Amino acid sequence: MAEVNKQAIQDYATRLGDDAVVIGHRVSEWCSKGPFLEEDLALQNVALDFIGRARMFYSYAAELANDGRKEDDFAYMRDHREYQNLLLMELPRGDFAYTMVRQLLVDVFNLYYLEQLQQSSDETLSAIAGKAIKETRYHLRRSSEWVLRLGLGTEESKKRAQTALDDLWGFTHEMFDLDALEQQLADAGIGVDNTSLQAAWTTQVKSILEEATLIPPEDEWKVKGGREGYHTEFLGQMLNEMQCVHRANPGLEW
Amino acid sequence: MALDQEQNFQAKIDAEDKIEPKDWMPEAYRKNLIRQISQHAHSEVIGMQPEGNWITRAPSLRRKAVLLAKVQDEGGHGLYLYSTAETLGITREEMINALQDGSAKYASIFNYPAQTWADVGAIGWLVDGAAIVNQVSLQRTSYGPYSRSMVRICKEESFHQRQGYELMLTLCRGSEAQKAMAQDALNRFYWPSLMMFGPHDSESAHSASSMKWKIKRETNDYLRQKFIDQTAPQIEFLGLEHPDKNLIWNEERGHFEGSELDWDEFKRVIHGDGHCNRQRVQHHIKAHEEGAWVREALVRYKQKKKLKAA
Ligand SMILES: [Fe+2]
Ligand SMILES: [Fe+2]
Repeated sequence: MAEVNKQAIQDYATRLGDDAVVIGHRVSEWCSKGPFLEEDLALQNVALDFIGRARMFYSYAAELANDGRKEDDFAYMRDHREYQNLLLMELPRGDFAYTMVRQLLVDVFNLYYLEQLQQSSDETLSAIAGKAIKETRYHLRRSSEWVLRLGLGTEESKKRAQTALDDLWGFTHEMFDLDALEQQLADAGIGVDNTSLQAAWTTQVKSILEEATLIPPEDEWKVKGGREGYHTEFLGQMLNEMQCVHRANPGLEW
Repeated sequence: MALDQEQNFQAKIDAEDKIEPKDWMPEAYRKNLIRQISQHAHSEVIGMQPEGNWITRAPSLRRKAVLLAKVQDEGGHGLYLYSTAETLGITREEMINALQDGSAKYASIFNYPAQTWADVGAIGWLVDGAAIVNQVSLQRTSYGPYSRSMVRICKEESFHQRQGYELMLTLCRGSEAQKAMAQDALNRFYWPSLMMFGPHDSESAHSASSMKWKIKRETNDYLRQKFIDQTAPQIEFLGLEHPDKNLIWNEERGHFEGSELDWDEFKRVIHGDGHCNRQRVQHHIKAHEEGAWVREALVRYKQKKKLKAA
């Protein structure tokens, strides 16, 4: 029983690492392409936080695996079919509105998610959540402020923000699903019960959207599959790029 | 009156006092500083591109984080230097326009392509290294705000240099392929790094007045020699071949002596024949144009908020 749990926690930490590294990578693609220098640097800050978060989750997964693998083996030596990040994280960076609206959706989710993960009976997961939640509060201040600016700014910015929201909304539903692994860990007081986050997430997101005069899309459109490794075409391309140097000469120190 | 002011100004400089934004200064001094500081700021910002191009391919998460932080620092230096230049009565917008229309320059080293992962190490080690040698001397520059920004920036640059060198060291202690990659990067970046100090003193267009006003504190050739001397043992420690086959130690002078640089190539690259000249500026323009609607939205939002508050 204890062994089964260890594997489950390892898998759980790995997928949380996947979420963080994938969204971190997407945000890092903004480097030198931001709308102005201050914002360029702020985006890099956010990317850095997510990469740091991925390293903590993967290191923990490696520690649990105890088979000689290290954090980079999790990030660089697994194929996109093995990655279990939420689809929302892997979508291309798009324009600035797309990035910021996605950040809002992700940040509000992370806020409630990490609050619960902090209560985990697993000390390491709880500690990672404790560190990450501070960053997430800062991320959310930024993304919610930006969504307001875009929604209330010019006609063009509002249109772009609304388009982004329409294109992203269908990918938010899988954030609140619970598969067998997550159910098992939630029952054991180790993992988060995602289903319990949906009401608070919806309320908060909708209230920010309302203030920004953006219209929440209808809920009919739902795309799912990230936790099963059933990804969009974009993740494979992203990982090809991310992993190319590491894999060209495998097994080396960098 | 003007003569008194000018004498007063030079007396201050001679006494090693700093010139502050509100002090009287000759127009040529102001212009010279604006040219130098804005060029420095542009170099930091354009310099984000060659290394930034490797963030998505960094071969470990640790390296990815270190590189992100480094490129972020460079952008921060750019911001800081733009504000420094603004104390001289020019706006950031004007400076950016000058960069984009080609009337302002940035360090020509960034016209060379960052082709492999080892280039990230070579740039940190050699390019930041050369920048530090120059900037340490500029900590004593006569214009107060510039001098203070150099003190602050140098601390971060030496951090970058150590990280770049450590990256090279890791490659040199790795596989044959990694070491070959490091050697190749050194071979390509060594010479352009030496050229970062500018032409020989006898050829330098801005040197004389810059020295008299203590905007510059050391000559191009003196600083270049310092860099050659510090780099030679570092190359040896890495176990790499020195790119300059003619390099010898001159016991009498206490300096290394090497080949004459290919100044024709230097001029060709400055004047547009580098691999990346157009790419760098176009990249900057593209990001700037794509961000226009965001900046407009921000302005509009602030206006609306003000109206509401009033
Ligand atoms: Fe810098
Ligand atoms: Fe630097």
